Amino acid sequence: MTCLIMLASGIHFVLLVSRQGKVRLTKWYSPYAQKERSKVIRELSGVILNRGPKLCNFVEWRGYKVVYKRYASLYFCMCIDQEDNELEVLEIIHHYVEILDRYFGSVCELDLIFNFHKAYYILDELLIAGELQESSKKTVARIISAQDQLVEVAKEEASSISNIIAQATK
Amino acid sequence: MNPFSSGTRLSDMIRAIRASKTAAEERAVVRKECAAIRASINENDQDYRHRDLAKLMFIHMLGYPTHFGQMECLKLIASPGFPEKRIGYLGLMLLLDERQEVLMLVTNSLKQDLNHTNQYIVGLALCALGNICSAEMARDLAPEVERLLQFRDPNIRKKAALCAIRIIRKVPDLSENFINPGAALLKEKHHGVLITGVHLCTEICNVSSEALEYFRKKCTEGLVKTLRDIANSPYSPEYDVAGIMDPFLHIRLLRLLRVLGQGDADASDCMNDILAQVASKTESNKNAGNAILYECVQTIMSIEENGGLRVLAINILGKFLSNRDNNIRYVALNMLMRALTVDSQAVQRHRATILECVKDSDASIQKRALELIYLLVNENNVKPLAKELIEYLEVSEQDFKGDLAAKICSIVEKFAPEKIWYIDQMLKVLSEAGTYVKEDVWHALIVVITNAPHLHGYTVRALYRALHTSCEQETLVRVAIWCIGEYADLLVNNSGMLDLEDPITVTESDAVDVIETAIKHHTSDVTTKAMALIALLKISSRFPSCSERVKSIIGQNKGSFVLELQQRSMEFSSVIQKHQNIRSTLLERMPVLDEATFSGRRAGSLPASVSTSGKSSFSIPNGVAKAPLVDLLDLSSDDTPAPTSSGDNFLQDLLGVDITQPSAQPVSGMQPSQAGADILLDLLSIGTPSPVQNGSTNGDLLFMQDNNAPIASMDTISSTSPTAPSSMMDLLDGFGSTPPKNEDKSPAYPSIVAFESSSLKIEFNFTKKPENPQTTNIVGNFTNLSPNVYTDFLFQAAVPKFLQLHLDPASSNSLPANGSIKQTMRVTNSQQGKKPIVMRMRVGYKINGKDVLEEGQINNFPRGL
Repeated sequence: MTCLIMLASGIHFVLLVSRQGKVRLTKWYSPYAQKERSKVIRELSGVILNRGPKLCNFVEWRGYKVVYKRYASLYFCMCIDQEDNELEVLEIIHHYVEILDRYFGSVCELDLIFNFHKAYYILDELLIAGELQESSKKTVARIISAQDQLVEVAKEEASSISNIIAQATK
Repeated sequence: MNPFSSGTRLSDMIRAIRASKTAAEERAVVRKECAAIRASINENDQDYRHRDLAKLMFIHMLGYPTHFGQMECLKLIASPGFPEKRIGYLGLMLLLDERQEVLMLVTNSLKQDLNHTNQYIVGLALCALGNICSAEMARDLAPEVERLLQFRDPNIRKKAALCAIRIIRKVPDLSENFINPGAALLKEKHHGVLITGVHLCTEICNVSSEALEYFRKKCTEGLVKTLRDIANSPYSPEYDVAGIMDPFLHIRLLRLLRVLGQGDADASDCMNDILAQVASKTESNKNAGNAILYECVQTIMSIEENGGLRVLAINILGKFLSNRDNNIRYVALNMLMRALTVDSQAVQRHRATILECVKDSDASIQKRALELIYLLVNENNVKPLAKELIEYLEVSEQDFKGDLAAKICSIVEKFAPEKIWYIDQMLKVLSEAGTYVKEDVWHALIVVITNAPHLHGYTVRALYRALHTSCEQETLVRVAIWCIGEYADLLVNNSGMLDLEDPITVTESDAVDVIETAIKHHTSDVTTKAMALIALLKISSRFPSCSERVKSIIGQNKGSFVLELQQRSMEFSSVIQKHQNIRSTLLERMPVLDEATFSGRRAGSLPASVSTSGKSSFSIPNGVAKAPLVDLLDLSSDDTPAPTSSGDNFLQDLLGVDITQPSAQPVSGMQPSQAGADILLDLLSIGTPSPVQNGSTNGDLLFMQDNNAPIASMDTISSTSPTAPSSMMDLLDGFGSTPPKNEDKSPAYPSIVAFESSSLKIEFNFTKKPENPQTTNIVGNFTNLSPNVYTDFLFQAAVPKFLQLHLDPASSNSLPANGSIKQTMRVTNSQQGKKPIVMRMRVGYKINGKDVLEEGQINNFPRGL
């Protein structure tokens, strides 16, 4: 008796929504058309924001499961297949939050609003193709800061070059 | 600096948007920014390109259209610097998805970046590829990814491994290329690489059975060792989660072991010990530990039988189930569902706890638990479980009632030990949640009721009582109305009293009262009202004393705006008024409905029956009633060959008892008679189940279209119009709940067997174009019933003067043994609607060079052609 195990295809999307229903981050690993995306967001935030505080962190939705967890005013949601390990996804969410927390230094919603691109960069060091790529928070932090460094260097170079140009054309 | 470009910084824009007090204000800010960004794009302004894109991404998240920024992403990606590329790739992933063609333009940049000397740029490209690659890109870039799996920096290797997963998902054939590099990753020490490598191998095993064999042989032991090392490793702050070493790695290893162990006793054996260790030693007081246990249980359940391990796993689930944490209980229910196929006894032991979960306040848990309970029900436990569930139905949330009611009905139907219990439970469900009960469910109930003659009295009295307490539950009302119509006499004279019943006194006028209430109740829809009209008509025959009152109630609907009700009202009034002599015969009790036929139909998807009819809806009742019954049945109207059994058939049809008769019985030339039966059946509100119609009118030729043809044939003749709801409708009553949209559809006509001899069968299929009602297109299907080949086959036909005939050439002039050919013809009927089509035909062909001639007259064309 060998039936193929239904292998889950990872996280389909990641969604960060505020308690007011404002989208703070969306990342789609499975193809959803733009229209579909806003529909999904609307539908899900309706379901999740209305759930009571003591209930479980899983919502069944359109044949998928959405694992969500609230941190302060933000809901972190990840959509997975029925067969996936919900408890692990909760850990992944927590993992992400901890990395954000270290990066921003006790992260708050405002950090994620004004530095939304940073939140994306960090997520990209954590997940690719909807799958976890790194279990060490330290490693993620190191890679992110190395890349931030590269950007800083490039900026300095640019400003020094423009200074040189400015001086040359004086 | 560009004078048009907006001077605002990203944070200024975000601040401005956040400061907007209304949606309109926000829109205005966004509009202004978008205009500035567009201008800057047009100027090809390089300095602000990345700032513009960042702004666009923010705007995109708010839900505004940003397609005009897509090309900017590509430009940024193509620029040499890391900062530009970083934001460019981010925009690419955010603003585009894999289905957009623009994406194809990026393949080349990706390829270059995958070969870049800066490893962070390679990382960016890998990340983008892994997140949005399409099948085409996967094919183009797979070699690069394969190479990067051996890159010196582990951070690139892990990204490449995840990219490979995406590539395999898009193009499974490419998995071959990754088997060896994937296996190499399993020996890594770096956790990130190991996690992604294990995952890649799992994914490869899933698409390729050869790879599975390979990994099973070469890697099982190594993986077991890795898992053991991880499970036994000392505290390491870098990977510690709540006191557990890297739960993510644990889980991925368990998952790959699951794939390797399933269906292979040796591999399963090899991992038993470590699984036992993980299952027994992992701390279960934190989520991380439970996540591992959960995964471990899944693996134990999937690999080959090991009794001791399974007991351990089921015990873990038992512990989960009694956990106070809702998450843990939820996954326990989830897992028990999967364990059911492995060890249903063990799951049964937790039945009581699971039942409690059905009543949980958390909808997710309720839903899981209900599904699990549903699977746990069997003949032995159905009574207590159904009782509990029905009790809960009374207090459950509105949202949950529909699901719950459907599941209860389903288990009650499936496992009912006796009919009276089934009827009792169904009545309870209908009284509590009748509005949520699906059509086929209450139809099934009626079928069961008719099949239990000794319970007719009991049921109708129970329904009568229930109606007084739950008159808002539509389906209950319908079933009650139907039963009161049928068994009104049993209701009033308390016959067939069971010992357990309390006697009730219901007068004849009480019975009429409840139906009248239903007809006037604001919640009743057309179907209910139509059913009530029939019930009243039936009561008028059961209780002649109420006849006048019934007539006046029925009469009130003569002015109904709903065609269905108006027509019924007219017809029924006329039956009551003018046709006393046949009324009692017409309104006899319904024959027993056949359970097998019904369940067979229910199992097959209910066809969306084509609603047809239109012009040929005559005013039947009068016509019917005037004609003597024998004439109506018109047994002798045709001289076409009819089998001797046909007379019986009609009678049986009429009584509706032969619905189990084999439908393949070929009988020809009975269209008119069938029509007569239909009319009557319709009046009787029985409606012939379609298999019978197939059998008696069309023989087996209609098998392929038995969904619409019979209905059509009934429709063209009868006045009622079965509509979409289902064919069950006509089994029960023959009415449609909505007025048919006749006018815009061309009527469909049933096919006929025009001619049949021992050697040849001719079937005609008809189509008509609505814009040209006089012309009928006929496709003749000639079937050779003999083992000989017919050559020089020629079909000739002649028609009376009022018809015009055009014959197209046949698809072939030779008919292979048991084969068939087609020929189309067109008949124009200048007297359409007045005179039916008739046709004389002659068929000539040769068998082994010998001439054969067959002749016949076809006068069983459907009416109205």
